Amino acid sequence: MSERIALLRRDAQEEASRFPALLARAEHLAGTVLLGEHGRRRAGMGDDFWQYRPLRPGDTYRSIDWRRSGRGDEQFVREREWQIAQSVQLWVDGGASMRFASDKDLPSKAERARLVALATAILLIRGGERVGFTGWSLPPRNGDVQILRLAEALSEDGGEEYSEPEARGMIPHARALFVSDFLGDLDPVEAALTKAADRGVRGVLCQVLDPSEESFPFKGRTVFESVGGTLAHETLKASDLRDRYLDRLHARKDRLAQLSRLTGWQYLCHHTSDSAQSALLWVYRAMDGGHG
Amino acid sequence: MTVLGPLGFTAPWLLLGLIALPVLWVILRAVPPAPIRRMFPGVVLLLGLKDEEQVTDRTPWWLLLMRMLAVAAVIVGLAGPVLNPQDEAGDSAGSGPLLVVMDASWSSASDWRARLEALDTLLTRAERDGRPVALMRLTDPQEPQFQAAGVLKSRLTGILPEPWQPDEERMARALSLLPEEDFDSYWMSDGLARDSRAALLSALESRGTVTVFESPRAHYALTPPRFEDGHVALTLRRLRPGPETELSVAAHGLDPAGNPAVLARNPVIFEQSATEAELVLNLPAELRARITRFEIEGARSAGAVALPDDSLRRREVALIAGNENREGLELLSPLHFLHKALVPTAELLDGTLEAVLPANPDVIVLADVATLAPGEEAGILEWLEAGGTLLRFAGPRLAASDVSRSEEDALMPVRLRAGGRSVGGAMSWGEPKSLAPFPEDSPFHGLDIPEDVTVSSQVMAQPDPTLASRVIAQLTDGTPLVTRKRVGQGQVVLFHVTANAEWSSLPLSGLFVQMLERLAVSAMPAAPEAEDLEGTIWQPIRVLDAFGRVGDAGTLPGVAGEDLLSTPLGPELMPGLYQGEERSLARNTVTAETVLEPALWPERISVEGLSRPQETPLAGWLLAGAIALLLADVIASLALSGRLGGPRARGAAAALLAALLILPAQGRAQEEDSDAAAILAASEVTLAHVLTGDRQLDDLAQAGLRGLSDTLFFRTSVEPAEPVGVDLETDELAFFPMLYWPATAGQPTPSAEAYAKLNEYLRSGGMILFDTRDADVASFGAASPEGRKLQQLAAPLDIPPLEPVPQDHVLTRTFYLLQDFPGRYASRDVWVEAAPPDAELIEGMPFRNLNDNVTPVVIGGNDWAAAWATDERGNPLVRMGSGFAGERQREIAYRFGVNLVMHVLTGNYKSDQVHVPALLDRLGQ
Repeated sequence: MSERIALLRRDAQEEASRFPALLARAEHLAGTVLLGEHGRRRAGMGDDFWQYRPLRPGDTYRSIDWRRSGRGDEQFVREREWQIAQSVQLWVDGGASMRFASDKDLPSKAERARLVALATAILLIRGGERVGFTGWSLPPRNGDVQILRLAEALSEDGGEEYSEPEARGMIPHARALFVSDFLGDLDPVEAALTKAADRGVRGVLCQVLDPSEESFPFKGRTVFESVGGTLAHETLKASDLRDRYLDRLHARKDRLAQLSRLTGWQYLCHHTSDSAQSALLWVYRAMDGGHG
Repeated sequence: MTVLGPLGFTAPWLLLGLIALPVLWVILRAVPPAPIRRMFPGVVLLLGLKDEEQVTDRTPWWLLLMRMLAVAAVIVGLAGPVLNPQDEAGDSAGSGPLLVVMDASWSSASDWRARLEALDTLLTRAERDGRPVALMRLTDPQEPQFQAAGVLKSRLTGILPEPWQPDEERMARALSLLPEEDFDSYWMSDGLARDSRAALLSALESRGTVTVFESPRAHYALTPPRFEDGHVALTLRRLRPGPETELSVAAHGLDPAGNPAVLARNPVIFEQSATEAELVLNLPAELRARITRFEIEGARSAGAVALPDDSLRRREVALIAGNENREGLELLSPLHFLHKALVPTAELLDGTLEAVLPANPDVIVLADVATLAPGEEAGILEWLEAGGTLLRFAGPRLAASDVSRSEEDALMPVRLRAGGRSVGGAMSWGEPKSLAPFPEDSPFHGLDIPEDVTVSSQVMAQPDPTLASRVIAQLTDGTPLVTRKRVGQGQVVLFHVTANAEWSSLPLSGLFVQMLERLAVSAMPAAPEAEDLEGTIWQPIRVLDAFGRVGDAGTLPGVAGEDLLSTPLGPELMPGLYQGEERSLARNTVTAETVLEPALWPERISVEGLSRPQETPLAGWLLAGAIALLLADVIASLALSGRLGGPRARGAAAALLAALLILPAQGRAQEEDSDAAAILAASEVTLAHVLTGDRQLDDLAQAGLRGLSDTLFFRTSVEPAEPVGVDLETDELAFFPMLYWPATAGQPTPSAEAYAKLNEYLRSGGMILFDTRDADVASFGAASPEGRKLQQLAAPLDIPPLEPVPQDHVLTRTFYLLQDFPGRYASRDVWVEAAPPDAELIEGMPFRNLNDNVTPVVIGGNDWAAAWATDERGNPLVRMGSGFAGERQREIAYRFGVNLVMHVLTGNYKSDQVHVPALLDRLGQ
């Protein structure tokens, strides 16, 4: 019995030790972005000052701004700008193919994808939006607790080799962020995007690739294996394959870009050798783009 | 062993392994390189792609060939190949008794081991043939006794050469000792021609066949060192003319720590077909005196070693003067006459006391040096105790100083009365005094005193109980002229006159040189003649063996002097170093007259040599080659399979390259850094201030000198660099024309070494501006703490008598005409070196003809740095007085600074009379 508790506790500690690291890095990354203007340009619930207006019947005395009213005989009410909350739904690829890094100095694709997604989520939640996952596992909510829930959910690894995007439970007219390497079958992606477009959901496709996947720097007799070990391909001269591999990769990228144009999404290809901040900025601007 | 041409194999059956090579070829060729397994998520994009060509399916032929070569090299290497194997074919064997005759002189020592090996082979063969063998060494002939070869063989290591040659007498003895019966002889010759060989050879030939063994090895000899024109000259000789050869001659001796070391090593080149080569060594005297032997490196023979004796030693004399910066006035220099008298016979050392002392000179001459730093004094005392001779000369400084006034100074033989006396001058009635005859116990006894040697000034000794015993020369009126005191094994000698002709005409006379000789200042040992050595006994200290090794003489008996020079070497007179009463003499194996001539043997005698093609085992080379091939194979295989160009390999290579590039660069950077400051200070005129440890004060001094430097830059052609602060303990002072030294009560007193450095700085023409910064309220009494500190700081410095700046001092007119020298305070009293007492105002001249040199110190309390101080933009930092008067005072302070720097840089230039008319005009006279 006590052994099981000890095991459980050890696992929990391991989990916990991984979790704050991701959260802390994401917070740190998010801290580098200054939140911009996000108002609705009309009076409503919000933090920013909008205008003073004369007291009207029906206003409570509590709402009178005494500092302004003290300067004259009239009473004024201080109105704030209406700030509305959006729902943003994330999908981060948890497949085995994401757990790959070509160099020990580079982060794996999964790490980078989670970092960018969580940092975006933190920025959005700080901006007052509600953020959650697609599907039913974690519906969009706001508040700092949601950041913790997101971080916790992001720390889990999926089992399959190349996972498909989750397109269920899309809230109409919400926003979405899909982060994956998009190396698996593209048909489910197309289906998901079409479905999202049907519901008026727009968003961002962020493709995270390792630099070696972009350059294919291999030579000689090689057996290539997928991360999960289910797929393998042997070649006698790897350098011969390079051009054809790159052609296929470009075709895939083109198809993704095409898809996102058709459905009103935006597409970004990010490499783990680049800084996470550039990806975050781009994603954040793209998510924020609708507000002008 | 199987022999194939010049090649032999120790294990030839291993070569069968070479048959297996073609099989290996087929096997290796069938195996392609193993694939690398790589994790790659993009594999999904690769599925279905086909290879265009089947390239590295098989190992390439050149890789295979390399592997085959490696395996073949291993097989051949293990089979033990040997180049030029020694066959065991015997030489012509005889029968009957065999006499081995060995010259066994120093000349055969160089290849003695090879000779013993040849002898060993000979004895082995004789043992096999059952021949009785006897051995006779001609350098030490004994009755030959024929015995079994095995017995002799066991004694082989005990047979040694002797460091002399078989002379006529020994050859004759050997001849008489030859047994009557018939025997063959084997003569191991040392290769040198000797007349006496013929008789012995014919005697041996009458007994049986004679075989001569002679090695073709080059024999070298080194003659004793000679002293020529200040250099050490050595002659090298060789036995036979040959091709151009380069040898190296090493001078062995003791390093300063007393450990044996090679003090010099010089190459010598024998020209083609020359038998003599000359080597001229230019060695410092100090190094020369420590040399114990010269040696041809690698020659291992007594003839290739030369022992120097006292003939290489000259006495080392260090000359130090208190004040040497009289520009151009060579004849007035305190050291001029000493220099002239000593140069022909002694090694002169220049430099500071602390630099000279470790060189342990025989004599140190202090000409008119009054005060020494405490560290220097202790060093001199220690050196005196160990037998040094300190020769001092009086002079104005010594007369003016308090040294040895109230109590006897350790470094003075007598106490001195204040001031000295002057006789025969313009103001005295007396005549210049001449010298009294030297007393019998004086070292000068017997020297002729020229009529014209007169003394007009001298320092006077205080009458003391010990005075009479210390006087070794006196004047006709009985006043001491030269006094001497023994200190430990050394002595202190004081000439009560100057070393130049100012006070007496003694230095101009030949007597002066003779007196220096008698004091053993300038004596040089000449090579002795045989009659000089009559009746003396010389004790060997070190002797040479035949191999040229120097050994302790132990209990060897002494040698009569007359024998030492000419008697041939032998067991009673070993080559080595012999010590007499006062000097040592070296007896070398090879003398300047020794001629090396190769021995000539008649045609009928067969001569054997040592040479034979050398056996060379090749296994090591082959195996090493195999390993190199396999290493190349590793790299080639990696390259083929694409593992060499990976990011990791590239990273490692880049890191290695970077490390190689960075390391030396860092080392260079540090070295350059340390010299940069010195180069900067030396390339421009740089004013400096002494760091007192008080941060605020140091900053103010820095700012003050900056202000002064800027002023100089604007107004004069002196363009100083940024001023620097100097740490007396660590920094070199020689680069700075002037030091500004603000005195504070709290600053640490410099160490003895720092004082030595400061004294050296002052002696070599530097100037220190002392500033007590107390407005001189105490007038250098002990009342102000700064004043007391200044007295304390300046006490160990060699400072001449001082006086307040006189009206006609050159400092008042080097650039501006000044009479006041204000700083932040405007006190009159600024002290400089006193004018000589005989400076007189000449009628019609506005100024006296004062000191020729720069005053070494200027002392005042006006806080000049505060008046000069500016920030980087040139704004004054310290407020002066009020309004215009204050600014006027600052201006005068700057003018004083300009005058001071000009005085330091130009010396007595303005003392010249060139500008007198203009100056008179300005003064309105």
